Amino acid sequence: MQRNRHVPWLQTLPPMTSPIAALLLRDLALARGGGAGLGLVFFLLVVTLTPFAVGPDLALLERIGPAILWLGALLATLLGLDRLMQADHEDGSLDLIHLAPAPLELMVGAKILAHWLTTGLPLVAATPLFGAMLGVAPAATLKVALALLIGTPAIACLGAIGAALTVGLRKGGLLAPVMILPLAIPVLIFGVAASDPAGDGFGPMGVLAGLALGYAALGPFAAAAALRLLRD
Amino acid sequence: MPLISAITSLANPSRFASFADRALPWIAGAAALTFAVALYLALFVAPPDYQQGETVRIMFIHVPSAWLAMFAYVIMAAASLGVLVWRHPIADVSAKAAAPLGAAFTFLALATGSLWGKPMWGTWWVWDARLTSFLILFLMYLGIMALRSALEEPSRAAKACAILTLVGSVNIPIIKFSVDWWNTLHQPASVIRAGKPAMDPSILTPLLVAALAFTLLFTALHLAGMRTELMRRRLRTLRLTAAARPAARLAPEPAR
Repeated sequence: MQRNRHVPWLQTLPPMTSPIAALLLRDLALARGGGAGLGLVFFLLVVTLTPFAVGPDLALLERIGPAILWLGALLATLLGLDRLMQADHEDGSLDLIHLAPAPLELMVGAKILAHWLTTGLPLVAATPLFGAMLGVAPAATLKVALALLIGTPAIACLGAIGAALTVGLRKGGLLAPVMILPLAIPVLIFGVAASDPAGDGFGPMGVLAGLALGYAALGPFAAAAALRLLRD
Repeated sequence: MPLISAITSLANPSRFASFADRALPWIAGAAALTFAVALYLALFVAPPDYQQGETVRIMFIHVPSAWLAMFAYVIMAAASLGVLVWRHPIADVSAKAAAPLGAAFTFLALATGSLWGKPMWGTWWVWDARLTSFLILFLMYLGIMALRSALEEPSRAAKACAILTLVGSVNIPIIKFSVDWWNTLHQPASVIRAGKPAMDPSILTPLLVAALAFTLLFTALHLAGMRTELMRRRLRTLRLTAAARPAARLAPEPAR
């Protein structure tokens, strides 16, 4: 019971009812030990470094604020990826995930969900604060946060594909972002468009949601297919 | 039916290699001839544009390169399906040989576009939809090649690159979509559109000949690359079997 103290709603689930819930709870418990907070610190650092790079001009910062928040979130989400599958590969839990009595796609989906809950969601929650630091107006910041809420799962799904393809590689750490960032560009484009305080944002937000749903359908299958390669 | 069985018979690697050996000189020769015709038409016959002057001739290199840059990805995507569905070794050889070619043609399209953009738009590079999506395509090629070079075991490399290629092919409709969504500086596609092309035949004919020349060049280079890759794989198998054999049989002791 001690394990889940940070996610109280999970305690309402019967413990270990399905392999998927078990994997989700395990990944959340593991993330509590560190890593989740680190992405947030990285995000804060990106926000902090921006004024040093462009000057402390609040008007300029307000204009580029949504873009900075998106870039920071994109990079922070990709940072934790190298451990997403690699750690499970090293300690053998990947083999157990393969043997679990549930489709591998759903197990990968649970891993992606856990990854997003521990890295993506904190970024979304911190966005209003960081937006205020960059001088972005509250209404605009909420728009960025909403766009990030829709867009970061898409990045997490794409990232899982990169992580699964590079499991067990020595150069995997840099390779996964190099493969995945070009594919994440549409998410960034429509995410920033949806965050635009001047635009109505509804159309881009819809496209962003469509991309997120599409990648949510694609990600687990592609990542599971990549994981199966390791067993051939 | 005979055509299909002729194509499927090429799926045999050694038959494919002998076919490539026989076909390559002809295709390369045809490519050289068509290039000569295309360059003559493009440089001497096609009229200069009333607005763009002589710089319009860059188009005869730029547009075919851009077509082939996308064509190479389509080939890779089709070959990736072949790898994942039929698990065919030739499909992977084709995908591997097409990746650097696609990257090269994408680079050529970007470079000639940049050279064309300087006199036309007054700048080497603009963050226009089509340029940017081609840059993304270039980065995707580089990512696939990087993944290929990081994976040592060929069968895993084949399937991993196939998965990445297919995931990337999701981006190709988005490239097309992005052109319509921004539609800023670059003129929209003007050769293939409903009705008749918005291009005068005096320019369209050299362009189509140039496209044919580039396609023949691509085919020749692709075949040569596949043949080389097949040899490389055969060599690797020979090395592995030689290494598995007892050393004494490989290097016998000199007779005393």
